[in-house]
Amino acid sequence: MLLRSFPLAAEEAPPFELKGSLFTLTVLHLFQLDRAVIERHLVEKIKQAPAFFNNTPVVIDLEGVTGPADGVDFVGLYELLRGHGMVPVGIRNGGPKLQAAARLAGLPMLPESRPVAAARKSEAHEPIARSRTVNHPIRSGQQVYAAEGDLIVLGAVSAGAEIIADGNIHVYGALRGRALAGIKGDVEARIFCHSLEAELISIVGRYRISEQIEPADRGKAMQIYLAEDRLVLEPLIH
Amino acid sequence: MATVIVVTSGKGGVGKTTTSASFATGLAQRGFRTAVIDFDVGLRNLDLIMGCERRVVYDFVNVINGEANLNQALIRDKRVENLYILPASQTRDKEALTKEGVEKVLNELKQSFEYVVCDSPAGIERGALMALYFADEALVVTNPEVSSVRDSDRILGILASRSRRAEQGDPPVKEHLVLSRYAPERADRGDMLSVEDVLEILGIPLLGVIPESQTVLQSSNAGVPVIMEDGSEAGAAYGDLVDRFLGKTLPHRFITTQKKGFLKRLFSGS
Repeated sequence: MLLRSFPLAAEEAPPFELKGSLFTLTVLHLFQLDRAVIERHLVEKIKQAPAFFNNTPVVIDLEGVTGPADGVDFVGLYELLRGHGMVPVGIRNGGPKLQAAARLAGLPMLPESRPVAAARKSEAHEPIARSRTVNHPIRSGQQVYAAEGDLIVLGAVSAGAEIIADGNIHVYGALRGRALAGIKGDVEARIFCHSLEAELISIVGRYRISEQIEPADRGKAMQIYLAEDRLVLEPLIH
Repeated sequence: MATVIVVTSGKGGVGKTTTSASFATGLAQRGFRTAVIDFDVGLRNLDLIMGCERRVVYDFVNVINGEANLNQALIRDKRVENLYILPASQTRDKEALTKEGVEKVLNELKQSFEYVVCDSPAGIERGALMALYFADEALVVTNPEVSSVRDSDRILGILASRSRRAEQGDPPVKEHLVLSRYAPERADRGDMLSVEDVLEILGIPLLGVIPESQTVLQSSNAGVPVIMEDGSEAGAAYGDLVDRFLGKTLPHRFITTQKKGFLKRLFSGS
């Protein structure tokens, strides 16, 4: 996923962009919350591997914590870990009381990532990019839009119909209407169809009308993509 | 439970009323109690095609408004048993067709009929929407020319999205294609779309092909549904269409150019 801030003026380059990424982090599994005991053991560990504890980001796992959850001093815990070369970036697991206390100390809650939990979740797992699948032909006068993802049409798109997607467009049938892919600016978006007979094809606003499609390309299985800001039409099967 | 069938097309003049009249007559001839309703309020035609225009007392809108009961408005066909016609009002407009009113009339008809045929007006406005809204099945009438095919495509989209079945998530309206005014020799020459062209664009099952025929015009003017004209190709094609609708498997006739006989070849000088 890519979220790019919109430029405020036409000439101004966007000052930032947000991207998702995966990190490997050290997890500190806590079994009790007594600061003195933790510190004693911590000093012991650091002696074994001093180089490891050098502003190392850690996630505090509270799963194994036993004992009362009241009055836990996360601010104190945070300072203790910082003092020994660890930077807590968040917590995971633990009961609601522990989580609330951690939140007050500015430690965000991270999702569980254990295999058991992942397997349980996969039943109702949410697709990464939402694509919209249409199982019927799209008739003249109908408009279908797939927001934040691809549009997949299992059937023909009639003349006078319009299909629009933020991502790619796939038509498993004849594309006779108008197809507009990547309308929010995704220059990687493509259009795929079994038979290109479109009234209009467009990617990120670059378009071609029916007249501008070579007769040799018509009626063929084609893909359409952007290369150097120009629309390229290419047979899917050579 | 009765089946409600809409005869629709989007475009005008393609043969909706002709098809409604012959289809309803064919169902009644085969023993099914059938009512046919004219939804073209303000442009009443079905009564003329059915030859009952002189017997209209009350109409569809009168029944909707409670000014007459259904039995007073239904006209019994004099030639075919089991066939009844509910004429449109000529003095009102389509706004008189309320969803509640149409539903009430259809529900009442479904009590005593096996098939209710709704003859839709052209267009995609209120009259056409009301005619298709309650349908279980649809005969989509198309002529073999591009504008008619596109309008039929539009109507198919409306059937799939704005009918009651679509709105309530019930099984979709069953679609049938009726290709009317077909002239095989003109399709061969490329003047007209062929059966295959139309099927490729619309992608719905073909119920019948009605050949272009002088008889259709003559029988319309005479107030006789063309299905009753013995010996006419269009009438025979409508007969096949009704049989196919009722589940028979019949080959499509009148879709290929007829070979000229020996004598015809001799006299045409070719």
